[in-house]
Amino acid sequence: MIEIESLSRKWKNFALDNLSLKIESGEYFVILGPTGAGKTLLLELIAGFHSPDSGRILIDGKEVTHLPPEKHDLVFVYQDYSLFPHMSVKKNIEFGMRMKKIKSQDKLLEIANYLKIAHLLDRYPLKLSGGEQQRVALARALVTDPRILLLDEPLSALDPRTQESARELLLDLHKKKKLTVLHITHDQTEARIMADRIAVIMDGKLIQVGVPEEIFEKPVDSRVANFVGFENVLKGRVISADRGLLRIETGELIIDASGDMEVGSQVYAFLRPENIVLSKTSTQSSIRNSLQGRVTDVWTLGALVRVKVDCGITLNALITRQSAEEMGIFPGVSIYAQFKASSVHVLR
Amino acid sequence: MIFGQIFDDFQGLVDAAGNQAIISSIFLSLYAGFLATLIALVLGAPAGYILARFDFPGKRLVESIIDVPVVVPHTVAGIALLTVFGSRGLIGGPLENYIRFRDALPGIVVAMLFVSLPYLANSAREGFKSVDPRLENAARSLGAPLWKAFLFVTLPLSARHLLIGSIMTWARAISEFGAVVMIAYYPMIGPTLIYDRFLSYGLSASRPIAVLLILVTLSIFIVIRVLSAGWSIYDRD
Repeated sequence: MIEIESLSRKWKNFALDNLSLKIESGEYFVILGPTGAGKTLLLELIAGFHSPDSGRILIDGKEVTHLPPEKHDLVFVYQDYSLFPHMSVKKNIEFGMRMKKIKSQDKLLEIANYLKIAHLLDRYPLKLSGGEQQRVALARALVTDPRILLLDEPLSALDPRTQESARELLLDLHKKKKLTVLHITHDQTEARIMADRIAVIMDGKLIQVGVPEEIFEKPVDSRVANFVGFENVLKGRVISADRGLLRIETGELIIDASGDMEVGSQVYAFLRPENIVLSKTSTQSSIRNSLQGRVTDVWTLGALVRVKVDCGITLNALITRQSAEEMGIFPGVSIYAQFKASSVHVLR
Repeated sequence: MIFGQIFDDFQGLVDAAGNQAIISSIFLSLYAGFLATLIALVLGAPAGYILARFDFPGKRLVESIIDVPVVVPHTVAGIALLTVFGSRGLIGGPLENYIRFRDALPGIVVAMLFVSLPYLANSAREGFKSVDPRLENAARSLGAPLWKAFLFVTLPLSARHLLIGSIMTWARAISEFGAVVMIAYYPMIGPTLIYDRFLSYGLSASRPIAVLLILVTLSIFIVIRVLSAGWSIYDRD
């Protein structure tokens, strides 16, 4: 368990401000925030590379705030993996073993086999691919049997295909070794897929902590909402409120949303692109919002297609490539953008 | 000058190489320079590490002070050293019964050290700066205390900088004349002997010693460079 109590620290142009957080044992905990939010600084403070200006850090109930890094009983894996360039892969893995007086060569081979790097043991880190370097860094970390693993943007230096297998590997490791993992990232998809719980950090402040559903479905404010990927943010005014159904005027349009707000309040309505249905006709259904518009842009993103629709306001929709092809969606095509009132998240 | 000596007066060079006084003065130059370099490593490497890794008030001032010996005339350095290390000096006084600097090997080493230390400190600082602090952090988080992280990670990765710094330091120490001659005319190091022979007997007597000194030091440096050529593979810059 990692307990962080009122932690503050200034560092160059970053500052962490009075941050408190509790990470349970065995949790896969993701710290999510934009670049420059102070995520790495937080992780380095937990690892003991810096001392905080104020506040306390406890690991499994023991205060480590001002202890040197080697006494923190955790392993830190950097974004660039920080393998020692002058040592072979084997020597890199053995480094932590030497420091912690672990002699067993079987253990080294076991972990090397598990991470599929046994054939690389005599190579040097600079000659390895990103994915291989990451697996070596994980082997080097795990061979010392840590209970806590700190990962600084572990996937961002990998290409998309390697990212996928690395994600699975990390989750598998977490489960098999019963590790407490603290993973920082700026990628909300990564956070959503991997995390048991997520903490959102912005400008050195902790903004929201919760399970992924809470963070993504109920962001506490518009900054979080913007960041976690509600790509459609509509500014408007509540013109009627009836039994949890709001009518919101935004520009010349009126949309329905579920929520509890006073009539007349200025609000933001957030709508995720994947919750927008595109349709050629406006059919009768339980979908409350059906806006007529024209396709202005189409981008293919692998299996998905992002479509920009101008309905007086511009909406971003995310649909499958198959749908886009079957419906003949191209710039200029006239279309209905439909979404349920319940998928509109309204914040003041 | 070297070729002139070899083709016009090869016998003079051979005679110089066989002369006990000349050989021991050249050896003294190399030996005292070597001692100065060792001390410079002990003092300069930690200073370089601190300057590379830590920010503290007055850091610029410290960096400037380290460079002072490079800019003062070496006779001035000699006078300053004589003031401090002479028998009534700040350091030389209390140590008088144990160690003598004036006209002795320790005096030569101190003079050489003073003028050559900046080369080592600056080179060490650049070397340590070129090692990513995250490598040290990674080592620490794997259980290494600071000194082990330094010994096994930082030091090997900056070894080439340290070696080049040491060669520069040694070279600078061997070439020093002004400061040494002020604090210790005797025992004579190579440059002092050359100066002495030049004043007493002229160019033809001093040139063979000069050429011999150059040939000996040059060959040592070439050997070191060749042996260390393979070290550059980990340099990031």
